[in-house]
Amino acid sequence: MKKYMLDLILKENRILSSQYNLLILTSNEKIPEILPGQFAEVRVDGSPTTFLRRPISIHYVDYESNELWLLIQIKGDGTKRLATMAAGESLNLLFPLGNSFNKPANEKANVLLVGGGCGVAPLLYLGSYLKKSGFKVNFLLGARSKSDLIELCEYERLGNVFTTTEDGSHGERGFVTQHSVLNNPDFDYFYTCGPTPMMKAVARHALKINATCEVSLENTMACGIGACLCCVTDTIDGHVCVCTEGPVFNITKLKWQI
Amino acid sequence: MANLNINIGKLQLKNPVMTASGTFGYGSEYSDFLDLTRIGGIIVKGTTIRARQGNPYPRMAETYSGMLNAVGLQNKGVDYFISHIYPTVKDIDTNIIVNVSGSTVEEYVETAERLNSLEKIPAIELNISCPNVKEGGMAFGTNCMSAAQVVKAVRRVYKNELIVKLSPNVTDILEIALAVEAEGADSVSLINTLLGMAIDSEKRIPVLSTITGGLSGPAVKPIALRMVWQVASAVKIPVIGLGGIMNAADAIEFMLAGATAIQIGTANFIDPTVTIKVIDGINEYLDRHNFKSVTDIIGALQI
Repeated sequence: MKKYMLDLILKENRILSSQYNLLILTSNEKIPEILPGQFAEVRVDGSPTTFLRRPISIHYVDYESNELWLLIQIKGDGTKRLATMAAGESLNLLFPLGNSFNKPANEKANVLLVGGGCGVAPLLYLGSYLKKSGFKVNFLLGARSKSDLIELCEYERLGNVFTTTEDGSHGERGFVTQHSVLNNPDFDYFYTCGPTPMMKAVARHALKINATCEVSLENTMACGIGACLCCVTDTIDGHVCVCTEGPVFNITKLKWQI
Repeated sequence: MANLNINIGKLQLKNPVMTASGTFGYGSEYSDFLDLTRIGGIIVKGTTIRARQGNPYPRMAETYSGMLNAVGLQNKGVDYFISHIYPTVKDIDTNIIVNVSGSTVEEYVETAERLNSLEKIPAIELNISCPNVKEGGMAFGTNCMSAAQVVKAVRRVYKNELIVKLSPNVTDILEIALAVEAEGADSVSLINTLLGMAIDSEKRIPVLSTITGGLSGPAVKPIALRMVWQVASAVKIPVIGLGGIMNAADAIEFMLAGATAIQIGTANFIDPTVTIKVIDGINEYLDRHNFKSVTDIIGALQI
């Protein structure tokens, strides 16, 4: 897929919680085709301590209204700067980067999309893609507390939504991997993105019930296009770049201790 | 439009802008963003006699105005380069230069020998300055004797342009430059990365798997500029300047300090089209100052 460097225009900066902002970007030109699971390298202007671009998942693409959504979790100076952007400002992106989630070969597959924290970001676009492809979509989303479970209505438009919170303020109490929906043995395709211990637990569960599991990694990156070799992960094929061979990996490719 | 052609020994470049090894892959990674044939030269990823897995993750730490890396020369080896990569790059209308590294003198010699026969590789850059490998690499470049020894041995077998890339992690970079010049280096490129370190204070652990790594980016530019000026003032062979160049003004500073050509590294990660902007910016500068040729500004610093 051809990669682009484009200045997109911020249409809306929606504050979702004290930690999360949704940047809705648009362009005078048609936003190029993006696959679910791909990401953008975002140049952060106006933050003197931020040198490199920030790899950020494509949260959603609305081709009809020509919108590209980025979900920002405020973590450091770079994301803090992005969260203070005003409508009308432009944002320089390299995209679409990386591979993508795969559609199950079996058209009747029962899919579960498991996300924790900011890891929910690529799952919204993936959910819409799977729904359009005729799959019945189930989300399992986890957060610390109710206020961190953001945009639930967006996911509810696409399928069933199960939630957990660590403090029990929404859905079942605990971690996503403790949710009772996982007792359902019918899931045969898992997609997950979030903290590594969570993804490992999801992978362990998937392997136990002989299901397929794709994980999306978020290693620190410099270039985002396979040139610097900084973001590698260890696979059965040796060290490979997460930015080009990933960010999505079938769990059987990774050398994870699970 | 001024004349941007320059020569580094027998090597002819359409302009003085090259890409630094390890920051531009094999060129194809960037081909969606720019016309590779506009670049003066592409120095491809560090290549060794056998495949190397490189260091474990994490290999990178961002710093103020720069980054540390500890990639550790991950590459598939010179034979893979010759069989799989060379056929894809040989017809790109620019100079494709291979950066060569090794753990022993014999490894450098053997790798250089195999590249000697490739018609479309007009030069190699001998990397005696990689700070991220346990054996060899920088160890050769921080001592006059070993630097001279590896250059002498490679010179004996390698017939094309031999560029030697110098380490800044030394007491006196000039004496190393003079030592490799005396053994037949056709030019020197400087600087490689500066040895640095980053700590995660929350976890109380080093950020990099290797504890230390190489610092690059604009943070190192003043040091690089000083070293290029020192070396260019004393050696007779051409000097290629690099270290934190982000734009045309930076590149011109290196040329005024005495560099015949420059390399752009870390800046490619922030703007994949930076090389083109630097070429255009140099041209604009030459026109604005009424220079007919880019060679007019080499060492034109007035003190």
